[in-house]
This record gives sequence, structure tokens and C-alpha cells, in this order.
Amino acid sequence: MLKINNINKIFNEGTADEKIALDQINLHLNIGDFVTVIGSNGAGKSTMLNMVSGALSPDFGQIMIDGNDVTKLPEFKRSRFIGRVFQDPMSGTAPTMTIEENLAIAYSRNKKRSLKVGVDKQRKEFFLHSLESLHLNLENRLNAKVGLLSGGERQALSLLMATFTKPSILLLDEHTAALDPSRAELITNLTEKLVKKDNLTTLMVTHNMQQALDLGNRLIMMDKGQIILEVEEKEKKNLTIEKLMEEFQRIRGEKFTSDRALLTS
Amino acid sequence: MFSAIFGSVEQGFIYALMALGVYLTFRVLDFPDLTVDGSFVTGAGTAAAMIVLGYHPAIATVVAILAGFLAGCMTGLLHTKGKINPLLSGILMMIALYSINLRIMGFTVENSVGRPNIPLMNSETLFSQFYSWWGSLGIDESINGFLTSLGIQYVPKTWGTVLIVAILIIIIKLVFDWFLKTEVGLAIRATGDNKKMIRSFSANTDILVILGLGLSNALVAFSGALIAQYTKAADIGLGIGMIVIGLASVIIGEAIFGTKTIVRTTLAVIAGAIIYRIVLALALRVEIMDPGDMKLITAVIVIIALILPQYFEKRREKSRKVKRHALRESKRLIKSKESENLA
Ligand SMILES: Nc1ncnc2c1ncn2[C@@H]1O[C@H](COP(=O)(O)OP(=O)(O)OP(=O)(O)O)[C@@H](O)[C@H]1O
Ligand SMILES: [Mg+2]
Repeated sequence: MLKINNINKIFNEGTADEKIALDQINLHLNIGDFVTVIGSNGAGKSTMLNMVSGALSPDFGQIMIDGNDVTKLPEFKRSRFIGRVFQDPMSGTAPTMTIEENLAIAYSRNKKRSLKVGVDKQRKEFFLHSLESLHLNLENRLNAKVGLLSGGERQALSLLMATFTKPSILLLDEHTAALDPSRAELITNLTEKLVKKDNLTTLMVTHNMQQALDLGNRLIMMDKGQIILEVEEKEKKNLTIEKLMEEFQRIRGEKFTSDRALLTS
Repeated sequence: MFSAIFGSVEQGFIYALMALGVYLTFRVLDFPDLTVDGSFVTGAGTAAAMIVLGYHPAIATVVAILAGFLAGCMTGLLHTKGKINPLLSGILMMIALYSINLRIMGFTVENSVGRPNIPLMNSETLFSQFYSWWGSLGIDESINGFLTSLGIQYVPKTWGTVLIVAILIIIIKLVFDWFLKTEVGLAIRATGDNKKMIRSFSANTDILVILGLGLSNALVAFSGALIAQYTKAADIGLGIGMIVIGLASVIIGEAIFGTKTIVRTTLAVIAGAIIYRIVLALALRVEIMDPGDMKLITAVIVIIALILPQYFEKRREKSRKVKRHALRESKRLIKSKESENLA
């Protein structure tokens, strides 16, 4: 489904600020895989997701999706089959447009945009139904501007918009990090539900260890631009935060540090 | 006085096309496009030149609109492909258009390549063609006869112009509103709102910016082509400060009529264009004012339109506070009365 082959990325190469963000990254996801990604700050998690989405291009290496080499495909073309939710709730929606208009934009992501009216009767029905599944009462606010929604509501909407065209790949980059604990939990549950519903192939970055353990069937840990630990389906079931910490210490010979890592749920 | 205001309304409707163009770039696309000063003259000059060269005024107008579209696309290309800052892209295109416009108008003379103005005094225009049909209907005579019988002294020469330009702008407004609700229109709006978001939904923001700028300047050139035919002349200086006039219309309209929905805002922009013309006409009637002061007056109108809404908003906020306070007080009073009664 998704193959990341030998990806390298160095920022500001040849200057004093040189930073090796990704160092020979290899990762293969099968259809329906849900991989959670953890790692300290600056480990290269976001950079890896940006490589997949096309927001950044690798110095070397190859990205394959559905058997096609997409390394040279520009971001906007890739986003036909890649759904994304960002950390900042402001990033994923158009604030001056209404909920239904935002949904219409998401709806036409895998079609050619034409001079058809974006929100017609049939689509409105579909939007209503999709919104109902969020249980946030947004279905009664189709004509409200998205800028008026709370961060949690926006993130829920973003999640719906990212998933309801059934993308080949779903990329989530700390999409619950900006929310308070109860909202974060709501979005976490929603993520699980939506991913399960369409069996979406997912890559999720999180700083919340418990979330990383609870969600998904595989887990990877990154540090200094490398994937230092891969946990497969069977082992992941019995994994605990303590074991993860020990594992990190064993591999790196130092304590796991991350100023934002939430060790408890 | 009356005829001056009547003329302002007629012109206001025509300039409203330009204002809608400015609204599309400044507000919808969030792109401060200064091409307008040039593309307005491109529209006026292209239409005038083609009319003088013997083309049908309708064809001349259509070509003028296309020329404006191209000019806008060029600005879009400079910004998206050339990575030049939006303001600078527009300014570069504006300055380039100055020379291009001279050359466009120069097609009408043999002994030189450039020409700064084209009079259309004796040429057929869309308006003159419309009048010859409208005049044969005799509607003006009957309306004005009726009005004079009511004792109204000042009647316009014709009602036809204001009617036809009003119908035209209403049609354009409806198409404009509809377009912004189509899939492409939604994507253009989202491009102005949140580029990162719309890119993540497979839209090519470069193409959308270019398209938006093209459509905007097509409207501006349309406006220029009609103004040239309305005033029976095209002049290279016609576009100076046009962007400020467009902005003035947008700001005045938004301040008075609000921006709740697109449909309402486009109506506001059209009304703003007309109000601006009326205010300008009234200001120019003040004794000490000279037509040369027009740009100064424009600047002052825009400044007032920018400052006044802030002032009103402050006052509104204050009166809301006072009202809420009064409400709380009265509730407290009722409560204390109730407890007294109980006791
Ligand atoms: N555009 C850029 N230019 C220069 N350096 C960058 C750029 N983007 C990221 N980096 C650097 O690359 C490294 C990896 O960054 P990245 O954002 O991928 O980390 P991360 O694992 O997502 O961290 P966090 O948990 O803090 O989000 C960091 O050291 C960062 O400073
Ligand atoms: Mg990150």
C-alpha cells in the first residue's frame, strides 16, 4: 500500500544549521495497517509524514502508493488519495466558509472540480448523515461558518473531511495535541471509529504514549531521523509504557526525553 | 444637481463591475491586486480601438474582456510561477500595461505606434445602439410626461441607460454569486482562506489564483470598455487610482450593508460603487472644488470609510454593554421585589 524506501532528508545542507531530519527511512504499510509513530521532539516524525503527503520532497529515496511511484507527484495531486489532519485545528478547514461548503470541498477531492454547484440536495443529505455520526450536533449547523466552531469540533470536522472519500492513506500528525483531555479523547475515539469503518491505511504521530498503545496494530519509534524500533501486531498487544521506555533506553543508552510526551493517559 | 446624481447612479452601476472584480481579488482571494489601474484602461482602450477600426461594439467589448482576463492571468503567473510578491506582481503588470495600452490604442493611427486617447464622439457604441431602439419605444416621453404632470421639474434625458446597466449588473451579480458556489468557486474561496487546507484537498492553488485574477481583471476590463462607450472616449489616464476607487466601493458597501453572506456582500459592493459616485458628485459640486481634486476626494472618502466603521462599532459595543447592564439591574430589582413580597 505505502512503501517508504530509503528516504533521506537534510535541511540547510552545507550550512551551520545543517540538520539531518531523515536518515535512511524504510517503512512498508499493508492495506488496513494503522501505524502509530512516537519519538522525541525533532525526531523527524512530521518530516516523514510530509514526505508521504508531498509537502516536502526527499533528497533521495522513493515513495510508493498503491504500487505507483509518487515521489515526483506534486502535493495537490497526491492529496487525491491521501487524507490529512493537522495538529493545528485552524489548518484543516476554511474558517470563513460554512460547514457544508467545507464538506463540499473535501467531497470533490478525488473528482475533477467543475462548474457544478458544490452543495446540492443529494450531497446535503450525505453531509447530514456523515455529520450525524460525529454526535456533535453539527448536522444542525450546516450553514454555520467553521471559524465559529471550537477546536474540538473543528478537528472532528477535519477528521470527517479527511476520511469520507476513503483515501488510500490517512496521515494524522498529533491531531489531538492542541485539545483539552476530554476533547482529545473524543477525537481519539472518533479516529478509531472512522479508520475501522473503512479499514483505512493510517499513519498517526502522537506524543501520548497511551494513545499510541491503544490505537493501531503497529507502532514505530523514531529518534534523530531514524526508525529505532518497530513493534508488530502481536507484540503490540502486550506492550506497556514501561516496556517502551526500557526499550528506548536499551537501544539509545539514554533516557527517553520529550518535553511533550504524555506518559500517562 | 439632480442630473449630476442621476449620472452618478448610471456610472455607479458600470463601475460596480470593476468593484466586483476588486472584491474577488482583495476579499475572496485575499490577493491585493493592483493590476486594475492598467487593466481598466486595457478594457477601455481595446474596446475604443476596435470600435474605431469598425468592429461591432459588442465584439469590441468581448475582446476587451478577454484582454483583461489575459492581463490578470499574467499577474497570476508572475506571482505563482515567478514567485514574485502579490503587490509587486500587480504593480509590474500595471506599469507594463501602461505601454501596452498606448500600443493597443495606437492601432487606430497609421503614423505612430502609440496613442493616448481615442474619442468615440461619432462612433456607434453599445449605448448608442441601445438608444436608437429604446428611443423608438417612447417610454421616456411617457414617464417624463407623467412626472412633469405630477409637478416634478427635473427629469432625466433618458431612463434607458440606468435601466440597461442595472439589468446588466444584476445578471452579472447573479452569475458571480452562482460561480462562487460551484466546485471551482468554492476552491477559489478556500484558496483565499486557507491555502494549506485546499492543497490537502487536491486543488492546484496556482491555477486557482491565476483563474481568480483573470476573472477579476476581465470584470475590470468589462467595466472599462463600458465606461469608454458611456463617456464616448478612452484615455490612457482613465485608470489612475482605479484600484482605490474599487476598494472604496468595497469598503463603503461592506461597512453599510455587512458581509454576512456572499449574496449580501456582492450586493453591498454594487451599492458601495453607486454611493461612492454620488458622494463624489456631491463633493465636486462644492464651490471651491476643482475636477482635479477628484483623486484627493477619493482618498478622503476611502479614509473616512475605513475609520468610520471602527467608530460605529465602538459605539454599538458600548450601547450593547449599557443595555445588558440595564437588563441585569432590572432583573436584580425584580428579584429583590419578589423577596420583599415573600417577606
Ligand atoms: N523546513 C525546515 N527547515 C529546516 N529544518 C527543519 C524544517 N522542518 C523540520 N526541520 C528540522 O528537522 C528536524 C525534524 O523535524 P520534525 O518536525 O520532523 O520533527 P518531529 O519529530 O515532528 O518533532 P515534534 O515532535 O516536535 O513535532 C528538526 O530538528 C527540525 O528542526
Ligand atoms: Mg511534528
